[in-house]
Amino acid sequence: MIRVMGLFSKIKDVFKKEDKSVETYEKGLSKTRKSFVNKLANLSKEYDEINDNYFEELEELLINADIGVNTVMDFMDKLQKRVSKEKITSPSMLTEIIVDELFIIYVNDEILSNKINYNPNGPTVILFVGVNGVGKTTTIAKLASKFKKEGKKVLLVAADTFRAGAVEQLITWGEKIGCKVVSDTNTTDPASVVYQGLEKANKDKYDMVLIDTAGRLQNKVNLMKELEKINNVGDKIIPGAPHETFLVIDATTGQNGISQAKAFKEITNLTGIVLTKLDGTAKGGIVLAIKDEVGIPVRYIGLGEKEEDLQTFDIEKYIYGLFKDMM
Amino acid sequence: MFESLTEKLENAIGKIKGYGKITEENISDAMREVRLALLEADVNYKVVKEFTSKVKEKALGEEVKKSLKPGDLFLKILKDELLDLLGSDKSELNLSGNPAVIMLVGLQGSGKTTTIGKLGNILRKKKSKKPLFIAGDVYRPAAIDQLKQLGKELNIEVYDEGKGNPVLIAQNGVNYAKENGYDLVLIDTAGRLHVDEELMNELKNINDAVKPNEIILVIDAMIGQDAINVINGFNDALPLTGTILTKMDGDTKGGVALSAKHLTGVPIKYIGTSEKLDGLTAFDPERMVSRILGNGDIMSIIEKAEEVIDEKEAMGTVKKIQAGKMDLEDFLSQLKQIKKLGPLENLIKLLPGARKMGLNNISIDPKQFARLEAIISSMTIKERKHPEIIKASRKQRIANGSGTSVQEVNKLLTQFEQMQKMMKMMKNGNFKMPF
Repeated sequence: MIRVMGLFSKIKDVFKKEDKSVETYEKGLSKTRKSFVNKLANLSKEYDEINDNYFEELEELLINADIGVNTVMDFMDKLQKRVSKEKITSPSMLTEIIVDELFIIYVNDEILSNKINYNPNGPTVILFVGVNGVGKTTTIAKLASKFKKEGKKVLLVAADTFRAGAVEQLITWGEKIGCKVVSDTNTTDPASVVYQGLEKANKDKYDMVLIDTAGRLQNKVNLMKELEKINNVGDKIIPGAPHETFLVIDATTGQNGISQAKAFKEITNLTGIVLTKLDGTAKGGIVLAIKDEVGIPVRYIGLGEKEEDLQTFDIEKYIYGLFKDMM
Repeated sequence: MFESLTEKLENAIGKIKGYGKITEENISDAMREVRLALLEADVNYKVVKEFTSKVKEKALGEEVKKSLKPGDLFLKILKDELLDLLGSDKSELNLSGNPAVIMLVGLQGSGKTTTIGKLGNILRKKKSKKPLFIAGDVYRPAAIDQLKQLGKELNIEVYDEGKGNPVLIAQNGVNYAKENGYDLVLIDTAGRLHVDEELMNELKNINDAVKPNEIILVIDAMIGQDAINVINGFNDALPLTGTILTKMDGDTKGGVALSAKHLTGVPIKYIGTSEKLDGLTAFDPERMVSRILGNGDIMSIIEKAEEVIDEKEAMGTVKKIQAGKMDLEDFLSQLKQIKKLGPLENLIKLLPGARKMGLNNISIDPKQFARLEAIISSMTIKERKHPEIIKASRKQRIANGSGTSVQEVNKLLTQFEQMQKMMKMMKNGNFKMPF
């Protein structure tokens, strides 16, 4: 229990400081939190003692948050073992342990850093990949704006040569945030657009290059081959590129998120997840399963439509956001 | 879609098969598998609970018939209950009225604009409608451009006012349709969260202004447990008449299909089955259940073939094959027919037992077809009818013309020669199938 309390006071400490980003987290996650946390709190009130029904309801609660089925099953096993070993009888005590165990699943004894892996010798290239409609282009625009505010010279590359209107969408964003966009309507080969973009980035000494790619379902072999080509072209022009590859996932995604992470990791050197649209009622719990099963951490989360609603991911804040009302 | 759900359910059925009868013990084991399979498919957890207890009850209850083996009985109960979840009726679009108005709504990125393109294309072809698109997504950058590009590709007019008021745009668009003889209007709307009151009110206002025949919620099939909140959110604000599940051609298990109708009463009308503009299929519960249980869906293959294959031309080719007279000209026309069927992987998956034969993960490169086509297209008609005249210099010319190599031309010619030999054997009746 000492370890649990330690974690809790640590999390609470994080939030005692006046921190604007915490507010955004809380606001963005408020819809999410209401349903999830109320249910968890009710669960502790409803049950005087921990029994099979309690565990069953808890399991359903976690599954309802889209935390992967395997991850939930393992989690329940661990929790039941801990309950019998530590002779825990009251559900209210267990609530803290639940938070603790979820945290452990995510962190898994690793040191997780959210710093961008900057290229010290030239432009830093970030590749954005994902299935259709998850919000890649919007995420790129928000992140580009962030980098710009940090004083960086940012180039956008419109390598979604497939979807109707995709290039125009990025160009519109580029105008809005004041970033140059490389596009080429004469080719349908995205690798060639990336090539042009990276050459320009080198020549004009850009700090950051953000590459937009077409949404692709991970089981489409030809589209994944195309992505492989896009991925491989970078290193030829800027050594080490792409320095980061982000998989963008929609928070409403269910178990398929695991398959997405696995498939994109096979083709690219996936370095993180961007979890979008977390301002709805979806809980995005699948990221816990993705970290648990595929080992890819979340780097950013989208909590709203505005630029500043894209936040650096912080697991402590995320869990705090989910469980705030209980602490 | 559904492949791994199928595999898990087959495992569960397998657990029962070995026993002489269904008992409390063996059914519990099987039901655990079923439960996990459905949860992993993102079927709503309440539905899973209800479903498993119902199946268990039936399997143990009075309905046990001696004539059925336990495995078959269990399969039958699963089938009946799955059908019960999906609702056994096909739900068609209501296209009455002039113009018939269909409005598509949904979360961001669910695929509304693409689906509008597909619906326009399909309803024009199958119901002889004259569609007009209305560009009502004034928020997402370039959403109007996207719809216009689809309209251009399909040769369907798009009504837009740029970034105006979506309610007025919808109203003006419907009037424009009336004045210009369009009998079907498809309204695109901006993606929005079901909890965004302001934007949900905007949809209510569009609904009041144009009174659509159909308000369709477009749902990404990869959605998880939040599906029920989303559907209820939209359904509380608007009189939804149906849903369309998109991206069903991914490897999602599409559990939302099993929960949506049952929990909300809103029927599924179509499912999105490829990125192409004809990749939208009417939803059929019986076929869906057949696919979930690994029994394939031959009807869909036949229908697809009927739609795209020119029967006369196909019969002509068959006669030529029977007579042993097929030439490269016929071969080219066949290649074109096959191409019309869309990605072959999708068809193969519909074959009964495809998964057991390991065919569910097969991949076929459409570029290979394109190369064959290019090679034959670079031949003269005479060469196509008499491939034996193609010698070195002709081969070089064909290779240059098709952007391939002489080796590839040789390969095609050799393969064709073998095919001809086989056809001759068939004609002479001394051909035995190798299996």
